[in-house]
Amino acid sequence: MKAFKYLSPKTVEEAIAFHGQHSETSKFIGGGTDVIVKLKEGWMEPDFLISLKKIEEMSELHKNEATQELSIGAMVTHATLEKSLMIQNDYPIIYDAVSNIGSLQVRNVGTIGGNLINAVPSADGAIPLIALDGVALLHGPDGERSCDVKDIFVAPYKTILKPGEILKKIAIPPQASNTGSAYIKFGRRAAMELPLIGIGVLLTLDETKEICIKARICLGVAAPVPMRAFGAEKLLVGKKINEEILIEAGKIAADESKVRDSVRGKAWHRKEMIRVHVRRIGLKCLEIIKNNS
Amino acid sequence: MATNISFILNGDEISYEVKDHWTLSHLLREEMGLIGTKEGCGNGECGACTVIVDKLAVNSCLYLAIEVEGKIVETIEGLASTSGALHPIQQSFVKNGGIQCGFCSPGMIMSSKALLDKNPDANHEEIKHALAGNICRCTGYVQILESVEAVKNMGGQNE
Repeated sequence: MKAFKYLSPKTVEEAIAFHGQHSETSKFIGGGTDVIVKLKEGWMEPDFLISLKKIEEMSELHKNEATQELSIGAMVTHATLEKSLMIQNDYPIIYDAVSNIGSLQVRNVGTIGGNLINAVPSADGAIPLIALDGVALLHGPDGERSCDVKDIFVAPYKTILKPGEILKKIAIPPQASNTGSAYIKFGRRAAMELPLIGIGVLLTLDETKEICIKARICLGVAAPVPMRAFGAEKLLVGKKINEEILIEAGKIAADESKVRDSVRGKAWHRKEMIRVHVRRIGLKCLEIIKNNS
Repeated sequence: MATNISFILNGDEISYEVKDHWTLSHLLREEMGLIGTKEGCGNGECGACTVIVDKLAVNSCLYLAIEVEGKIVETIEGLASTSGALHPIQQSFVKNGGIQCGFCSPGMIMSSKALLDKNPDANHEEIKHALAGNICRCTGYVQILESVEAVKNMGGQNE
């Protein structure tokens, strides 16, 4: 690994200022589980490494009791999310996704923000945040701006972040009652594996618990960047929800996906797994709604 | 670029001048001579380099040495008592065939310790979840899991 100077700012402003002083030759580092591999392989050769670990506000995880908005600092580790009872109970789709990222050793250090910014097509962390209509708060030399989590991704390994810009936190708007959500990482094995396909579903039903009033079907590894299956979502909204219509939604989602062959699996297999799991995860959402009432 | 850091290593207060780009596994093995921690892949895939930092199991190959400033680090060298008696987890691995070629053992044992320190009654699934990031190429997983489960029945004896 090439030598670098390690900088440890205490505030976001200080981190951005450090970057401004050495813009061509510095890189930000979060937990480091991706960045250190890139440094070792020589894919990244900064003279200055700016760590975000000491910026306290970026490691905060809390729910505003008044507004019911959930705020997840970008430096919150996967293990912190996995162990949080609030996440387990109120946001099962996040728990499903983060509890099988890498290994425990990786989750103890790796962060949700880093998982997003690394922008691999298989980022497990992105899917639930998109399904929950998460909003990313970015802070850079020109000040703050926000965007939907879905719009962070431009292409594999490429995000909308400008040089010197930091993903500070993700805000999850309040969830309507009668909402259920779940995620499945489908692959050959659970641990130390990237998903063959990742499927997240969120359903909100009306007060009769029969009619779907909101649907999110989000897919990872189904396109160059995480995607929503808008056609499948549209089919469900306003309809009486049952297994038949979820089967139909699975077919539409599979057709909408832009899956391809890769070393980990074939496109036809990925399509089949989307078809099967949209139904299966949809039914799990209905089960969650039933159990919560 | 070097920085002086202070941390606690296996119970001892340590002050050490580290290069900013050193990983923790480099510091432990190459600089301090603590070669009980193994480095397998160097990319966080195999778990052989697992150590405990502030009660959490981490891959020391993906952790910058400079970041242990002010933290408590535990390695395999810190497990046996000063008289040389093995830690109950080590005893259990020896007794139950959890050690084959031995290369993954320090990492397996440190992952097990992080789990059992927090959750002494961990069940089979919890043990599997905690050890999923440790690869054994002798594929002796059954005995390894049995070794961790057996620690529960040893009553914490350290003899």
